[in-house]
Amino acid sequence: MSYATALRCRKCGREYPLEPRNLCNFCFSPLEVSYDYKSMAKAVSRQKIAAGPPDMWRYHDMLPVGDEVVNIGAGFTPLIKADRLGRELGLDELYIKNDCLNPTYSFKDRVVSVAITRARELGFDTVACASTGNLAASVAAHAAKADMKAYVFVPADVGAGKLTGIAIYNPVLVTVNGSYDDVNRLCGKLVEKYSWGFINVNLRPYYAEGSKTLGFEVAEQLGWHAPDCVVAPAASGLLFTRIWKGLDELSMLGLIKEVNTHMYVTQAAGSSPIVSAFEAGSLHVNPVKPNTVAKSIAIGNPADGYYALRVARQSGGGAGAVSDDELIEGMKLLAQTEGIFSEAAGGVVIAGLRKLVSSGAIKKNQLTVAFITGAGPRTQEIVSDIVQPLAIQPTLESFEEVVGENV
Amino acid sequence: MAKRRVMFTFPQELIREPVIYNLGQQFKVVGNIRRADISEDKGWVVLELEGKEEDIEQGIAWVTSKGIRVDPIIGDIVEG
Repeated sequence: MSYATALRCRKCGREYPLEPRNLCNFCFSPLEVSYDYKSMAKAVSRQKIAAGPPDMWRYHDMLPVGDEVVNIGAGFTPLIKADRLGRELGLDELYIKNDCLNPTYSFKDRVVSVAITRARELGFDTVACASTGNLAASVAAHAAKADMKAYVFVPADVGAGKLTGIAIYNPVLVTVNGSYDDVNRLCGKLVEKYSWGFINVNLRPYYAEGSKTLGFEVAEQLGWHAPDCVVAPAASGLLFTRIWKGLDELSMLGLIKEVNTHMYVTQAAGSSPIVSAFEAGSLHVNPVKPNTVAKSIAIGNPADGYYALRVARQSGGGAGAVSDDELIEGMKLLAQTEGIFSEAAGGVVIAGLRKLVSSGAIKKNQLTVAFITGAGPRTQEIVSDIVQPLAIQPTLESFEEVVGENV
Repeated sequence: MAKRRVMFTFPQELIREPVIYNLGQQFKVVGNIRRADISEDKGWVVLELEGKEEDIEQGIAWVTSKGIRVDPIIGDIVEG
């Protein structure tokens, strides 16, 4: 059963029924799910969670949906002690939360699993999203599992390789010939005109809750402790705020002690409105036009930017932006020390972490978790310059001639 | 009548101009302000615009041409 009670405005506190709605009718601020935490606290325990399935649905009691879930096996991804990378960066206790290992290779499976489950409960037979890759693949995969129709809108300049990873699940795949802003504008109109479950728009409050499981899992995998520091990427800012909410809820439910985690948000410099606002000491996130190779987090007008900013501030954390060159170095460093091929967003986190340690913001002895939220192969063209094989003939002589000195 | 929920972000030099009033006068678009933060050097306004679809489009184009950034209030829909 679900302990969700209402949708609540994060700004003015007005409440709405648990319907498909993302904004408050009065102040146009985002809505989030409220719960009956008293009843939830009676239902959950460390033992019950530990005995649950080895996926995100072991935290079912803390998610806003009923019993019949759309599950393709998302979550409960490895938390790896990253000793080699830690030594390189100057950290004694660094962990990597490797969310590349989700069914469609990114953390989006967590949010989409909750959103599509809720969509089905609300009576939708069709879901939709607009995406440059990860979200589209995840929506198409979950819709296939749920036997629902999916419309997926993709900017026309997205590469053919990415489209294959979406089309394989057989959604209605629509490429839109226009700029990023044009696609956004079109989707705004589609949301108004068609009665679809638009995954990250009218289903957004439910979608958001899926990311809490990242916070739940990390605490459970650390032996029911919150880390000292979290370093995570931000696009819309939703993931970042929900990692924090996940830790906070565990504490509220008595499953972990008080949370003193410092939350650090990282962005690519070419799309860093949240970091810019943090550095300027502003409470307002000014939208920007994204220009970075980190396409999966290139959101110029982040819907939850203000809230991400608040989490970074209130937790005593911080913010950092890195250049495209730095993030590519970060991707290489992660792959070459820990064997994890992340997408560009992972490079942002590692390069951002390096800066945070160098500046003294994160201390050597602080237990730090870096969130790697998507796998590299979908966007491998951005590091294609690393492919420099030693070409030989099929003879020993040729091998020794070309490679000899390197053996 | 159509409705559009948007955020205007003003550069410093336009803070003193009655842009929302002029938008209503010139394009017959009614602006209903829900949230705002204006100081002497910066400002943003969250509002709902109501009018004919083509008037809203032309009005937004005019506001944008003056150097004000206009964004949908739901943020960017296209995600990674």
